Amino acid sequence: MHLIELQDIFKTYHLGELDVPVLKGITLNVAQGELVALMGASGSGKSTLMNILGCLDHASSGKYWLDGEEVSRLSPDGRALVRNRKIGFVFQGFNLLPRTSALDNVVMPLNYAHENLTERASRQRATELLERVGLGDRMHHEPSQLSGGQQQRVAIARALVNRPRLLFADEPTGNLDSKTSKEILEMFQRLNRE
Amino acid sequence: MSKVYRTLRMALHALRRNVMRAILTTLGIIIGIAAVIAMMEIGSGSSAAIQGTIASMGANNLLIMPGTAASGGISFGAGSSMTLTPQDCEALLRECPALRAAAPIVRARTQVVYGNRNWVPMYIYGTTPELLAVRDWTELAAGEVFTERDVRNGSKVCLLGQTVARNLFAGESPLGKELRIKNVAFTVIGLLSGKGANMMGMDQDDIVLAPWTTIKYRVSGSSATTANQSANSAGASQVNSLNQLYPSSATSLYPIPSATQAADTPLPVRFTNVDQIYAAAQSSEEIPVAMAQLTALLRERHHLREGEPEDFSIRDMTEMTKAVTSIADLMTKLLLVVALISLVVGGVGIMNIMLVSVTERTHEIGLRMAVGARSRDILRQFLFEAVILCLAGGILGILLGELCSFLVTKFLHWPTLTSVTAIISAVVVSASVGIVFGFYPAWKASRLDPIEALRYE
Repeated sequence: MHLIELQDIFKTYHLGELDVPVLKGITLNVAQGELVALMGASGSGKSTLMNILGCLDHASSGKYWLDGEEVSRLSPDGRALVRNRKIGFVFQGFNLLPRTSALDNVVMPLNYAHENLTERASRQRATELLERVGLGDRMHHEPSQLSGGQQQRVAIARALVNRPRLLFADEPTGNLDSKTSKEILEMFQRLNRE
Repeated sequence: MSKVYRTLRMALHALRRNVMRAILTTLGIIIGIAAVIAMMEIGSGSSAAIQGTIASMGANNLLIMPGTAASGGISFGAGSSMTLTPQDCEALLRECPALRAAAPIVRARTQVVYGNRNWVPMYIYGTTPELLAVRDWTELAAGEVFTERDVRNGSKVCLLGQTVARNLFAGESPLGKELRIKNVAFTVIGLLSGKGANMMGMDQDDIVLAPWTTIKYRVSGSSATTANQSANSAGASQVNSLNQLYPSSATSLYPIPSATQAADTPLPVRFTNVDQIYAAAQSSEEIPVAMAQLTALLRERHHLREGEPEDFSIRDMTEMTKAVTSIADLMTKLLLVVALISLVVGGVGIMNIMLVSVTERTHEIGLRMAVGARSRDILRQFLFEAVILCLAGGILGILLGELCSFLVTKFLHWPTLTSVTAIISAVVVSASVGIVFGFYPAWKASRLDPIEALRYE
């Protein structure tokens, strides 16, 4: 049984009168613990596929099983639940809450979680994650006080805070210099091993 | 960690992130609520003062007159029978909770002499000190009011109205002077403050007040009815205040008894009657209640059977009562309109800022959705933010409003009334303004598409 099973996924954007087909019948399986890289030219539909995989968007047609659950049939609220429980997402543009400490940024997804953690427990979990990504001493800094690499590491900690089965990263190094990019990619590899 | 608590914490956190915007948003509500509180308090204070002023003109007063006496089919008009007693008056005060005060009145109309001046006051009232409370006339220009003890003793003391004092004393202080009313010497112990003409144009300052016992037994003499009294005065062929000392032109069939003889053989008095009872209701609204209580009590005291006509009549100041009621009504409506306008202005302000805030935070909303917030979570968070702002604004607004009305009382000397209703409704209204005006922006935020929102810059 695969963690991700895509079957014949189509995605078509409607721009006014014009139909723009982006994904034309994708079928794909990803097993638990696999580290998959998705590469392609600009505009080839990487992000679209990522959004569908990450349950941010739904496909025009086709079926998508995630962890044995048919996600392609869920309502927007159902997808929100799946995003919260099973998926961690790291974005190209970090997407941290401004004027909010790194710690609070990491805690934020827990506010929507169904497991009711106490405030102490959620802070505890966030602190551990921040230490794991090497930001134990920057916990109370706001995003504007952190470098790009540090911000991305906060974003990774945030993606992990709900203990997801899956971690998606959409061009996680796009806004970083090559050295930091390397560090971040190494971190993903390490996380995957762990 | 309950859902509400978590949302509350998130909302507070979001507000803390942009304190300036939160303050500016709240300012609208603060000013709205403060305006409501201040207007309510100043308004209800002024309204009470206006109503008090009108009430002091006698709007709450009730005049109880004895009924009609009739002889051979000829009615003598209202007040010509003798059915009211001073005990009636005491019973009224004791047993009618809707009455604030009541005083018996014995009227006389005769000449008042001081030195070489004389004057016939419009009103010579024998009464109790309570009359001043009934008429809202407790402020004296000088001196003091006679006491209950003076009433019991039949003391020869009196209070003068401004007009009487001016005509008899011409600028001198009347206090402690002695004047004669129908040949009885009275000491002036007080001077009433000026009240001017009443609504009918009668000079209310043309008055002498004395204990009713004194007027009744020493001035009016026999228990002559008022109707006969005026006949007597009119019948006197010459105006002479000394006509009791000398035989008048009317021939007497019987020898006039000397003072000693008269004292030795008192006339059997059936009961003491008074000419009117003047009462004041607690408030204009209670006049109908007071009238019902009065009627019931007097019927019982006068042993009137069911269906038997009343031997008294009650007059109220309908015209003035109507004026009071309509003014109170008008003031309430005016205040309500002012309050509503300021609240709507405050609410629209909140909605504006919340809408701007939704647009500004589109990216953040997208992110929250991406990590698993459902649209109802977003809706709840934005609603909480709006309600917190409104409640905080409401509380600050109450404080500011109270401060305003305090300052108005302190420096402008306007009357204000602290209104608990206004405070409670202000809190309730500010919370509901938050919900109502916060709902649209919150709903708008919750409808956002996560991908669109994330892409929004």
